[in-house]
Order: sequence, then C-alpha cells, then structure tokens
Amino acid sequence: MTTLGVRSRPQTAPTRRPRRRLTGEALAGWGFVAPALVVVGGLTLFPGIWALVLSFRSWDGFSPPTAVGTQNYQDLLTDAALGGAVLHTLLYTVMFVPASLLLGLLLATALNRRIRFIGLYRTAVFVPFVASAAATGILTTYLFSPQFGLVNNVLRVLHLPQQGWLEDSHQAMVVITIMSLWGQAAFTTVIYLAALQDIPGETIEAARIDGAGSAQIFWRVVWPQLRPVTTFVGIYQTLQAVQLFDLVYATTRGGPLDATQTIVYQIWTTAFQKLQFGYGSAVAYALFFVTLAVTVVVTLAQRRAGRTA
Amino acid sequence: MTTSTVGLAPATTALTRRPRRRLPFSPWHLLLVPVALLFMLPFVEMFLTSLTPASDINRFPPAFLPSHLTLSGYEKLFAESSILRWLLNTAVVSATSIVSHLVLCSLAGYGFARLRFPGRTFGFLAILATIMIPSQLLMIPTYVMFAKLGLVNNLGAAIVPWLASAFGIFLMRQFFLSLPAELEEAGRIDGCSRLQVFFRIVLPLARPAMATLAIFTLLGSWNDLVWPLVAINDEQNFTLQLGLTNFQGTRRTDWSLLMAGNVVATLPLMLLFLLAQKQFVATMASAGLKG
Repeated sequence: MTTLGVRSRPQTAPTRRPRRRLTGEALAGWGFVAPALVVVGGLTLFPGIWALVLSFRSWDGFSPPTAVGTQNYQDLLTDAALGGAVLHTLLYTVMFVPASLLLGLLLATALNRRIRFIGLYRTAVFVPFVASAAATGILTTYLFSPQFGLVNNVLRVLHLPQQGWLEDSHQAMVVITIMSLWGQAAFTTVIYLAALQDIPGETIEAARIDGAGSAQIFWRVVWPQLRPVTTFVGIYQTLQAVQLFDLVYATTRGGPLDATQTIVYQIWTTAFQKLQFGYGSAVAYALFFVTLAVTVVVTLAQRRAGRTA
Repeated sequence: MTTSTVGLAPATTALTRRPRRRLPFSPWHLLLVPVALLFMLPFVEMFLTSLTPASDINRFPPAFLPSHLTLSGYEKLFAESSILRWLLNTAVVSATSIVSHLVLCSLAGYGFARLRFPGRTFGFLAILATIMIPSQLLMIPTYVMFAKLGLVNNLGAAIVPWLASAFGIFLMRQFFLSLPAELEEAGRIDGCSRLQVFFRIVLPLARPAMATLAIFTLLGSWNDLVWPLVAINDEQNFTLQLGLTNFQGTRRTDWSLLMAGNVVATLPLMLLFLLAQKQFVATMASAGLKG
C-alpha cells in the first residue's frame, strides 16, 4: 500500500489543486484523524510488530532478551500442555458455535412475532448480554455448585443423580458452554432477527398461497436468505470461541485437572505467571495465523458455494 | 461486508413498537414463557442469594427460597471490601473512555469520510487491518510497553487502551458517509470553518451513532477483565470486575457477599439497558456487523 501511494503521488500531483490549498486540506485532514490514529496505531500496530519480534526471542522481561530463531515455534509443536489447551478450546468451539447459531435462529424466529408481551420476552433474552464475564462466572460457580447450587437442587427434587459440574473434569466445559450461551444468546438472536425482518413478507405469503408448508417455506424461502448471515456470524462466533478466557478465569481457572485450560489461558499463564514473554508471543501468533487461515479458507469456500448455488 | 450504519436500520426498526391492537392468543407463548423464565432465572437467583442469610445457604439440602431476607451480605461487602472504591474506579475508567472515544473517533471518522488528504486511504486501511489483530497478541508487548512508561498498576493503565478504537473510527466514518454532504456545503458557503461545520452541523446529527459508540465503549470498558488483570496489582486501583474475581478466589464460600458484589457490578448496566433497550440492541447488531 505504501509503495502504491508513493508511486502515484508525483504523477497526479501536478493535475491537483494549487499546492497551498492542498497543504491546508492535508493539515486539516491529518488534524482530524491523527489523535485517534496515534492511539490506535500505538496500541495495535506497534505492539503487534513487537509481539512478532518477541516471538523469536527468549525473554523474562528483566534480563536482556536472547534471539532464539524459530525455537519458540518448534517448542509449541511438542508442548503437551498446549496440545491439551488446543483440544479443550476445540471442544468448546464445537459445542458453542453451532449451539449459539441454532439458539439464535430459534429465538429470533420465536421473537419475530406480533404477539402480546413480545417486548418482555425480548428484554428477558437480551438482558444477560450486559452481564460481565466476571459476574457470569461467579453466578455459574454458584448455580452449578454441587452443594448449594440451584441446578443440583432441582435434580434432587426430581430424584435425578447429583452432578459434579464445574468440579467434574468431564462436565466443566459443558457448564461453561451453557453459561456462555446464556450471556451471548442475545447477540446471534439480534443478528438473525434483523435478517428475518429483511425478508419481505410478500415472498413468504406468495409461497404459502402456492401451497408450501411451514417446513418448505423455511428451507426454500427463509433459509437461503439467512445463509450469508449464518456464515458471517459463524465465523465471528468461532473467532470469539477460540479466544475464550474470561469465563474460565472467573470459574475454574483452568481446572479441574486442567480440563478447562484454553489456548488464551495458556498464553496468559505463560506470559504473566511463568514470565516467558517470547514463548507466549509465539503461541499468540500461531493462534492468530491459524484462525486467519481458517477464516480465509471458509470465506472463500462459502463464496464459491454461493456462486455455484 | 455490511457497513454498520446501514446494518443498523433493520435492527432498530425491528424493535420499534407497533400500534397496540387486540391480539389473539398465540401458541408461541408456550415456548416463549419458559425460555424467558430460564433466561431470567440466573438473575433472580443472584438477587435472591444476595439477600439470603449465610445460615440458609450453608444448610443441606438447600432451600429454594430464603427463610427471611437480610442485607447482611451487602453490609459485609461494604465493610470488608473496597467495593465503593472499585465502583468509583470503574466509573472513572468508563466515563473517560466514553468521552475520549466520542471525541477522537468522531473526529477521525469525519476526517476519513469527508476530508481529502494524502495518505487518507492508507491510514484508513491501516485502521481496518488492526481490527483483525486479536487482543491476546497485543497483551504481552502492551504490558511491557506500559511497564516501561511507568503506566502499570494505576488507573491510567486501565484507561489508555480504551481512549479510541478502530471499531469506533469505522462506525463513525460509516455514519458520516451516510449523511448528505449538502448540509455541510451550505455551512461552508455561509462562512463556517471546518471545525465549526463539524461541531455545529455534523455532530448534532450524529447523535444516534454516538449513542451506539458510547454504549459499545461502556459495555467494553465496564466489563473488561483481562487487561485490568494484567496491568493492575494494587487493590486500591482494582476495577469492579477485577475486584470481584479476586474476591471470589479468597471468599469462595461467602455467597451472599459475592452475590451482593455481583449485583453492584451488574445493576447499573442492567438499569441502563432497560432504559435504552433500543439503542443497546442496535449496538449489539452493529458489533456483529463490524467486519
């Protein structure tokens, strides 16, 4: 992009407005954008490049850093703890993303009605969105506590077996998924609701007059309209899911038996508890590249599918 | 990808109330009533537990309703923790973030939307590119950078990352692009300077976009946990979220106190949501369409 700008300037400059006018405009323009640009650039581009440099180094933050080449990246391939974290993150992603899309679609369909109390229903579904991960985490720990928790208490009354939930390494991630869905359902619901309302009522009416049943209307008329939104929200939710940290920190802190150790949790402990800034940066970069690659591949595949369909 | 302000419109209209009419009973209620109750249940439990005496909570098997209501959880919370200080810290962080976001992002958004200057396209593309950089990539060097600048372990550390954002600049630019340019040209012909046009004509029209940006910034800065966790150690400088999670580690069994803390941390945003639901929902939608 830089080279492009440099190359085009001498060619077009003579045909532009008189120089004095241009510098005035330029000053005004940069005056408007510079303050925000300095903040955003200083907090993203600069540290982003620094993180890349750090990822080729070994550094504890105090003693001088040593260059280690690609050693950090080689290490992460054989890091058993990181491998576990990758698996747990994938498990969460596989549970969370499809469930959040399905739940969003279902809730949006249900909330897209002109019926009484619809405002109340919408409020009830949307309000958990404002609760922080910290508050949600504390709430989760309480609701799913084996001793005092409401969930086990309900099971007890129903004469169903008590569960360990967050204290059971096989169930902890499921509980975290359930509570993420509770907090995030509003998001996919709002997007689907907007998409549903973009579908003209006449189209659905016409299909009904032609004798289509509800299922046919959904699959033949509604769903094709929702597909692009679904791809986009699916990618967005996947990116969110692989970055899971807050809720884990506020509930299990990676336990029990490391069952909820996620990739970002690993990055955080590597950097800020073990003080391995270089290795932590390498893990963060690896995560970034992998998610970027997956996003690009999925987007291209979807675009191709959309063209042939 | 969809531009945010364009994407906003359907979400906003989706929630405007239609004229009240007598409506027949719909079977959808049978689905929606239990769903709504399930979604509210954690909040009900949170409020109820914050008012439950400790003796009730520790009884086995636990009762569904407290034997009587008490404020002792709140009393202990205010007596034994610096919750008021954390609340104040969080309010300062959020208020500063919102004001700074509104000023810097609307200036930059307007610059990118309306002014022609060399480097404009490059600058805007650079901003867009930063949206794709995940925060955990930046956490480590940002911490080191802040430590070198002597910025860690104080409230400034929590504020600086929230001064402006690429998303905010993008959101405001999209909004300004959708405004008809004629209004500004009229102002220019009447002899207003660029800044006068911006403050007198453009900003008053930008209120809906600014409200969206303010809510987005409020949600982000109020609920942020990772960055304060990394940057702040001193309990006096904790934010609410950091104070709460720290509390949880040490006071795991004091549930009425923990839930009282949760109520204090959640209630302000919840009330605001109930007051400005339409704007909140538009914000959620635009957050999803920011790519």
